[in-house]
Amino acid sequence: MLKIENLHVEVEDKAILKGIDLEVKPGEVHAIMGPNGSGKSTLAQVLAGREDYEITKGSVAFGGEDLLDMAPEERAREGLFLAFQYPVEIPGVSNTYFLKAALNAVRKHRGEDEIDAVDFLKLAREKMKLVEMDEKLLGRPVNDGFSGGEKKRNEIFHMAVLDPKVAVLDETDSGLDIDALRIVSDGVNAMRNENRSFVVITHYQRLLDYIVPDVVHVLLDGRIVQTGGKELATELEEKGYSWLENDVAAAATA
Amino acid sequence: MSTSTETLERFANREYEFGFVTDIEQETIPPGLDENTVRLISAKKNEPEWMLEWRLKAFQVWKEMSEPTWAMVKYTPVDYQAITYYAAPKSDDDRPKSLDEVDPELLATYEKLGIPLREQEMLAGVAVDAVFDSVSVATTFKGKLAELGIIFCSMSEAIQEHPELVKQYLGSVVPRRDNFFAALNAAVFSDGSFVYIPKGVRCPMELSTYFRINAMNTGQFERTLIVADEGSYVSYLEGCTAPMRDENQLHAAVVELVALDDAQIKYSTVQNWYPGDKNGKGGIYNFVTKRGLCAGHRSKISWTQVETGSAITWKYPSCILKGDGSVGEFYSVALTNNHQQADTGTKMIHVGRDTSSTIVSKGISAGVGQNTYRGEVKILASAENARNFSQCDSMLLGDRCGAHTFPYIDVQSPTARMEHEATTSKIGEDQIFYCNSRGIETEDAVSMIVNGFCKEVFRELPMEFAVEAQKLLEVSLEGSVG
Ligand SMILES: Nc1ncnc2c1ncn2[C@@H]1O[C@H](COP(=O)(O)OP(=O)(O)OP(=O)(O)O)[C@@H](O)[C@H]1O
Ligand SMILES: [Mg+2]
Repeated sequence: MLKIENLHVEVEDKAILKGIDLEVKPGEVHAIMGPNGSGKSTLAQVLAGREDYEITKGSVAFGGEDLLDMAPEERAREGLFLAFQYPVEIPGVSNTYFLKAALNAVRKHRGEDEIDAVDFLKLAREKMKLVEMDEKLLGRPVNDGFSGGEKKRNEIFHMAVLDPKVAVLDETDSGLDIDALRIVSDGVNAMRNENRSFVVITHYQRLLDYIVPDVVHVLLDGRIVQTGGKELATELEEKGYSWLENDVAAAATA
Repeated sequence: MSTSTETLERFANREYEFGFVTDIEQETIPPGLDENTVRLISAKKNEPEWMLEWRLKAFQVWKEMSEPTWAMVKYTPVDYQAITYYAAPKSDDDRPKSLDEVDPELLATYEKLGIPLREQEMLAGVAVDAVFDSVSVATTFKGKLAELGIIFCSMSEAIQEHPELVKQYLGSVVPRRDNFFAALNAAVFSDGSFVYIPKGVRCPMELSTYFRINAMNTGQFERTLIVADEGSYVSYLEGCTAPMRDENQLHAAVVELVALDDAQIKYSTVQNWYPGDKNGKGGIYNFVTKRGLCAGHRSKISWTQVETGSAITWKYPSCILKGDGSVGEFYSVALTNNHQQADTGTKMIHVGRDTSSTIVSKGISAGVGQNTYRGEVKILASAENARNFSQCDSMLLGDRCGAHTFPYIDVQSPTARMEHEATTSKIGEDQIFYCNSRGIETEDAVSMIVNGFCKEVFRELPMEFAVEAQKLLEVSLEGSVG
């Protein structure tokens, strides 16, 4: 579904990702953990098509196509979704209006008819239930004045409406209270199926108790230094990252 | 520069869509302005002596005045002797009685502009007084309006047919010596619209005028006067667009509104004159004086404007709130792209008791455009319990443009209540990318965000105008952010 090979990324001549290899098969859930500044969001943003990053080497295939060759909106229409670590506020544009425009862009791309206002509202209501989001947030401007947790829920709500093939969730759990964490996780789990894949970026093993990953990766200083099963997350929770850092240093000098 | 910024720039650099010239023979007088020009204009229009006198006095005043320099706009000085002050379609004598008699080429021009007169007549019920250059060529629905006693005609016709009303109100809100451009207009005004709504009548349709500047090098000087008698209501729409030109064209209109006791006037403008090319060449100079007098108690005047065109905009639709309990409103969207400059805003002058005013201004700058809000709220000692709410928001698209805000406040009454809010925002790449990442392309994202920004103003426009305004914004902008 998603195949990243030897991906190198720089920002302002500074190397951030230094050769990432990652393959996500249909239906799989991959977790990416790693310390602050290790490059997790960079990876997510590069996948979504953010332009501030320069890709110096490597490739990304998405459903067999060259992802890096597509404009950000094309990637979205092809079924890639990014839930932002910091969702952006768009004052003056209502959440409904925005999401309907987004959905119609996706539908048009798929050769489907535009959804009308009535059907859209029906769909939106149904998907809001999935994340138990307050209906009031539909009429408000996108993320404008939303609480931190509301913004995160809104991201998952957008995901549910847009129905992507691959969803990258960048720290969707941070900022959520305990109940919200469970609700949002349930929402994600409800969307899991054999065709849809997830890349879940998180700092906390707790999230992975709810959204149980197939694979866990550790990203450190722009490289994936460790890959394992769910138990790797538990190990990290106990030991932190320093034991891995020593490995990296050793590997780098060897 | 990132690609999305480039897209935005490209978006901003779209060619003016409505640039074309209609080939209709013009009857034009030679360029230049002196007393004889004024006499000639008046004679061409068969005006009565009193009108000529009025013009000549204005011309005397104008000669003594000099062009104002306080606005934040820069332009090559206008050579007033190089301008032609009168042009009319040749068929002036035998004006068409219906659209069928209108020059097909003219109709085709309107068609290109997306103004299907006929459809508007039939579907929207809009009466159109189309000013093609200086003389009205198509007036509709007159009969229906006449039944209600409503007068809706060209200013020239009003001077002939309703001299008492014209004498009473012309210059009563914007006196001849008000300012340089108003004086010039008073001396040489070509035509415009006249509206009178009798006591207690609610005008059943939006009255609308489409202006067009078409003759080479012809200054356009409309003069509009709207009088709403006691307890009446009228909504007036003004919209315009002009063909592509190299020369700068001067436009100095005057609009006067008078609302008597309990009367309401809603005046909406969508302005899309040629803004000049990407390098700042050409474009209309728009120096307009618009003012409304809430003469009566509980009267109300609302200005709503969407200004996207012109190279230079100098325009301050204002209200004098004389009647007790009268209300003034100003809702404005002004967009400057490329080298456009706009210095616009309003004046609310509170004279009567319990008067209130609302100002909502949205300035959008893109390219190297400069956008200035200049507003004054003046509350005289007589204006007990006056209230004002002002909101001035600026949005920047890219980092080479500018937004400036000059709110002047002069409060002489201790009971006044004032509220002022101002914000400046920038369409960020973050916002664009967020939209992109949801499948929305950049151009749509920009217009979505800008339209969202302007929502409070668009809400005030009549429905069909709001749609047009939105489209216009998309076209003109088609660019602003970064
Ligand atoms: N646009 C940018 N300009 C300069 N530096 C950047 C930019 N984007 C990312 N970086 C740098 O790249 C590194 C990786 O950042 P990134 O946001 O990917 O980290 P992260 O793993 O998501 O961290 P966190 O866990 O704190 O979210 C950081 O050192 C960051 O400062
Ligand atoms: Mg991050």
